[in-house]
Amino acid sequence: MGLFIAQLLTGLANAGALFMVASGLSLIFGVTRIVNFAHGSFYMLGAYVGYTLIQVLPGVVGFWGAILLAGLAVGLIGMLVEILVLRPVYRAPELFQLVATFGVILVIQDLALMTWGPEDLLGPRSPGLVGVVRIMGEPVPKYDIALLVITPFVALALWYLMTQTRVGVLVRAATQDREMVGALGVNQAWLFTGVFALGCGLAGLGGALQLPKGGADLMMDFNILTAVFVVVVIGGMGSLPGAYLAAVIISVLNVFGVTYIPQSTLVLMFIVMVLVLMIRPYGLFGREEVAGEHGQVGEPERPIKPAGLQVRLLVAAGVAALAALPLYGSGFMQVLTTDILIFCLFAASLHFLLGLGGLVSFGHAAYFGGGAYVAGLLVKHAGTPMELAFILAPLGAGLGAFIIGWVCLRLTGVYFAMLTLAFAQLLWSLVFQWGEFTGGDDGILGLWPAKWLSGTTPYFYFTLVFSVGGVLFLRHVAHSPFGYALRAARDSERQAEATGINTRRVRMLAFSFAGFMAGLAGGLFVFSKGSIFPNELEITRSFDALIVVFLGGVKTLSGGIVGAAFFKGVEDVLTRFEYWRLAMGLLIIGVVILAPDGIVGTLRKWAERLGVLKRAEDES
Amino acid sequence: MKRKTFLKGMIGAAALAAMPLSAAAQDPIKIGEINHYKRMAAFAEPYRNGIELALEQVNENGGVMGRPLEFIFRDDQGEPGEAIKIAEELMTRDGAVMLTGSILSNVGLAISSLAAQRGYVYLASEPLADSLVWESGNDYTFRLRTSTYMQAAMLAEEAAKTDATTFATIAPNYAYGKDAVSAFKENLLRLKPEAEFVAEQWPALFKIDAGAEVQALERSKPDAIYNVTFGPDLGKFVREGTDRGLFEGRQVFGLLSGEPEYLDPLGAEAPEGWIVTGYPWYDLKEGAAGAFVSAYQERWDDYPRLGSIVGYMTVQSIAAALEKAGSTETDAIREAFKDLTLDTPMGEITYRGIDHQSTMGAYVGTLALRDDKGVMVDWVYKDGADYLPSDEEVSKLRPAD
Amino acid sequence: MSVVLETRGLTKAFGGLVAVNDVSLQLHKGELLALIGPNGAGKSTCFNMLMGQLRPTKGSVHLMGEDITGLSPRVIWRRGVGRTFQITATYASMTVVENVQMALLSHNHQVLKVLPYAHKMHRDRAHELLEMVGMAEQADRHCAVLAYGDLKRLELAIALAHEPTLLLMDEPTAGMAPRERIALMQLTADIVRDQGVSVLFTEHDMDVVFAHSHRIMVLNRGQLIADGNVEAIRNDPRVQEVYLGGGTVFKSEDEAEDA
Repeated sequence: MGLFIAQLLTGLANAGALFMVASGLSLIFGVTRIVNFAHGSFYMLGAYVGYTLIQVLPGVVGFWGAILLAGLAVGLIGMLVEILVLRPVYRAPELFQLVATFGVILVIQDLALMTWGPEDLLGPRSPGLVGVVRIMGEPVPKYDIALLVITPFVALALWYLMTQTRVGVLVRAATQDREMVGALGVNQAWLFTGVFALGCGLAGLGGALQLPKGGADLMMDFNILTAVFVVVVIGGMGSLPGAYLAAVIISVLNVFGVTYIPQSTLVLMFIVMVLVLMIRPYGLFGREEVAGEHGQVGEPERPIKPAGLQVRLLVAAGVAALAALPLYGSGFMQVLTTDILIFCLFAASLHFLLGLGGLVSFGHAAYFGGGAYVAGLLVKHAGTPMELAFILAPLGAGLGAFIIGWVCLRLTGVYFAMLTLAFAQLLWSLVFQWGEFTGGDDGILGLWPAKWLSGTTPYFYFTLVFSVGGVLFLRHVAHSPFGYALRAARDSERQAEATGINTRRVRMLAFSFAGFMAGLAGGLFVFSKGSIFPNELEITRSFDALIVVFLGGVKTLSGGIVGAAFFKGVEDVLTRFEYWRLAMGLLIIGVVILAPDGIVGTLRKWAERLGVLKRAEDES
Repeated sequence: MKRKTFLKGMIGAAALAAMPLSAAAQDPIKIGEINHYKRMAAFAEPYRNGIELALEQVNENGGVMGRPLEFIFRDDQGEPGEAIKIAEELMTRDGAVMLTGSILSNVGLAISSLAAQRGYVYLASEPLADSLVWESGNDYTFRLRTSTYMQAAMLAEEAAKTDATTFATIAPNYAYGKDAVSAFKENLLRLKPEAEFVAEQWPALFKIDAGAEVQALERSKPDAIYNVTFGPDLGKFVREGTDRGLFEGRQVFGLLSGEPEYLDPLGAEAPEGWIVTGYPWYDLKEGAAGAFVSAYQERWDDYPRLGSIVGYMTVQSIAAALEKAGSTETDAIREAFKDLTLDTPMGEITYRGIDHQSTMGAYVGTLALRDDKGVMVDWVYKDGADYLPSDEEVSKLRPAD
Repeated sequence: MSVVLETRGLTKAFGGLVAVNDVSLQLHKGELLALIGPNGAGKSTCFNMLMGQLRPTKGSVHLMGEDITGLSPRVIWRRGVGRTFQITATYASMTVVENVQMALLSHNHQVLKVLPYAHKMHRDRAHELLEMVGMAEQADRHCAVLAYGDLKRLELAIALAHEPTLLLMDEPTAGMAPRERIALMQLTADIVRDQGVSVLFTEHDMDVVFAHSHRIMVLNRGQLIADGNVEAIRNDPRVQEVYLGGGTVFKSEDEAEDA
């Protein structure tokens, strides 16, 4: 019994930091509809700033003062980020802002490294709260007790702010209907700034508060991100009580998981999330998302037309130039181009879902890596010939996408996105942990192409055929009845259903098809690298694809591949420099601000203005 | 531009073949070094410093075969796929004669797989995975650093000497953690058949829930604990474990916990009494070991980490192999590495012909506090050669080539 | 005259609230039937049950004598029922003609095809339909830039694409200028006449109702209170009571109901 109580207390104490970070994210999302990928970075900043301040400020007052100041400082940094980076892009298409926040992650990573150095910092102890108290004979750290008390206090303060003050009423009103808040004469821009700063401040506070239980290190940002997403989604996006309850549930379950099923540490959280969303699709306290209800859809997509003769000739010339690469390019140029082509196909497959279907998948790496693993496992365990394994890679990925899509497509909008993320993470954990079968983190080695394809040039041609073929086929499908039906389902599900189109079936097939194509890219990838590791299933891989699709231009047909080619190329150059993450982050933010329609979309508008292209009639 | 450098390389190679050596004497020999300079900066920076120190020394002494030795450093972001691309670039465009680098095992394994396929020599400097030289070993890959198995075996030897019979383990839940636990178990049970493992905890890497892990370990009431956690996880584990009295009256064995990279962040909270593997540079004053430490401190105004000595020995190994090969041809370098013996700050090491593992050893000692910092005391240097399985077992582990 | 649509004792309760109570109605071939009633009378609920969006608590819906109760909107559409929405629903990213083509593709079971070009399929038929609603000249315009009245006409063309036997129109003239209303309803009446389609529509503009319907049914608090031709309804004291005595506001009525 004593142990049980002690475990419960541990779980509740752990919930503290998690709640603070999650409530900030939830608040920001609720009001501004921004999925702030950089939230983990603000948490990390809170830890570092808190650490530095505690060194300076002495005693008990200094310690707690430092923690509060850390929260405040991070809030100010958040405010700065909002004003400089996000404010210029609120009018951009929905979810575009998350790309900017990804740029912020990279910038903060390098700035933190410059400021605090590479070594992990062990958090300072809280004066007067060192050691344990005994509760029913079990030791419980004093600081845990402090956290237990502080967290509900912060939660209550937030609750008071949200329900009992005018500001809170406005914020809640903005969560429901931001247009109306504007109509009430409230300066919406400053409301957003304020909420963003508050959310970031909470993350910073969480980071500083966990110092005595941990410390500050450069991997904190990504390490907490998935847990925070899970908490916010289980609780219901935008709900504070939900975030609190979910943080407690996850933390307490984790403590018992550690004790009774120690192997479960990676997957438990995601299983809980999937289960909750199966029963309550919008989280414990969430509201159904209605697409576009927040007036942030941006301008409507334009009609599409198959490429004219000129463009076709241009594409043919481009492909011919690529095909001739081995004549004038070095071996490495072919290797690099192979990489880029594979990534283009991967990005194009996500773009198909995102651009035509409006289906934002945060877990597209599951099908890319999944396809690669299908091929790798077949070769490793069944001795399948490379050619057959290569063909089965997209089929396996497509099948996986079909099953996952079947579950996820019950949801819409950001919940759909989060559920796809959860499944991708689940798959990653499985591969990462099930070492006997998948090789775990040590991966699967020796996956080289068949004899006739080995060598840089033959494999380059092999990739060229399948990547370009895949991209062209994706593009062709966009113009086919199926592609039209997918857009119809996105534009008006009501009308589509009322005219006999089974939108769920269309989306399922589109999701599987995109998974299939991502799996094809994965198959190409695995045999070009000769090995496969869980990295290819990681959340960062999904983000990579998401970012290039957005930066290329969601609302243009070629956005995915242009974005992919551009950023793969830039990355190859930038990583040669020391502070490449900073440069990359700034570049991403720059593109987001200067080209809110994505590279292709913005170029098109410029061209129209200059009269090179015919102006669309709705262009204002 | 790319083409130009490529052509230059070609011309250089042709010139080398056609002309007497003296003409090409000033052309540097290039080594491709791939690492996670950003993602694992705390480890990669001291490692790189060690390399640069060694390079300066080698080149001051006339280089290798009369030519200067040069390293090309490239960041792979900790991604195996990127590392492969960079490896290709280094070998085909930049004119590197062989590859080295990596801290992460998965990146090391990816490069080794490429090395075997393309016929590049790869010296895995830091990655620890046992499979690198055993299950997935190949003709072109060599490994310098004391592997997981060897270090676990050293700790198992110490553990067998104690009275403890019930053991609990805690290790990050991925390949390295699993290897480390199974090697420890295997060696301990061989030395002490009555040993019993009463709990195995597997926290997620860098996401440890330390309070819960400590409670779970306490619940199993072991005589001793074997710790494999490292980095931020280690700090959290030590703090919760100390607070909650987990380590009282228990012997703890910590893999790598004595390496400055992991020990120093703990500061005054370094857990006294743990038996660990590590690098006690502060006590190395004599001989080659001491000379390295003082040279390093003089050059960098900083103390060496384990990575620094590994970096230093990487350059030494490559220089020795090249000298022995007398050529920069892959096959010659490969042959030279087999059974290559050289003197290092850690003493003489040999790249075993049987599995390409070097016999670099490790320091094993007990943690204590000195001036509010954790240090290893009563340490001994254990030669790696003594902690490898028998040749017979090794040849069973390694695929027949 | 044959019965196209029939409901028998149609009832829908939301918890304790009975929104539609025991409604039985019949719609004959070629008829233009208006379903009217004040705010919250249950018109939209009734409509949603006919189209399969809501499942009745009790009662049944019959189309050409076949029971279609509880079938999904898609199936009901395939049985030959077209509909237009109170708030227009069109595919904003497509051109006008593509919107109609989409319905034709669906009608021909071709939406899952990936090989042909969609914009080349059923183009002529789509143009015919646009011609019918007077939108032929705007066929290649981007749907997102159309005027509201044009969207309504486009929706009508979409609804007619599969040559329905029955057309359900929910507030077809809502949000339109008075002149446009007359024109749209005239168009509808012409189509009823020429194509032999039967139409059931809800409407709150009495001018429109009285000018174009063949027959009118009045719903109040979920119950049918009157059923008759224009003259009969105009003079029905209960209807006058509901509309004039009740003091209900006509405008924006179903918005509250939809919310």
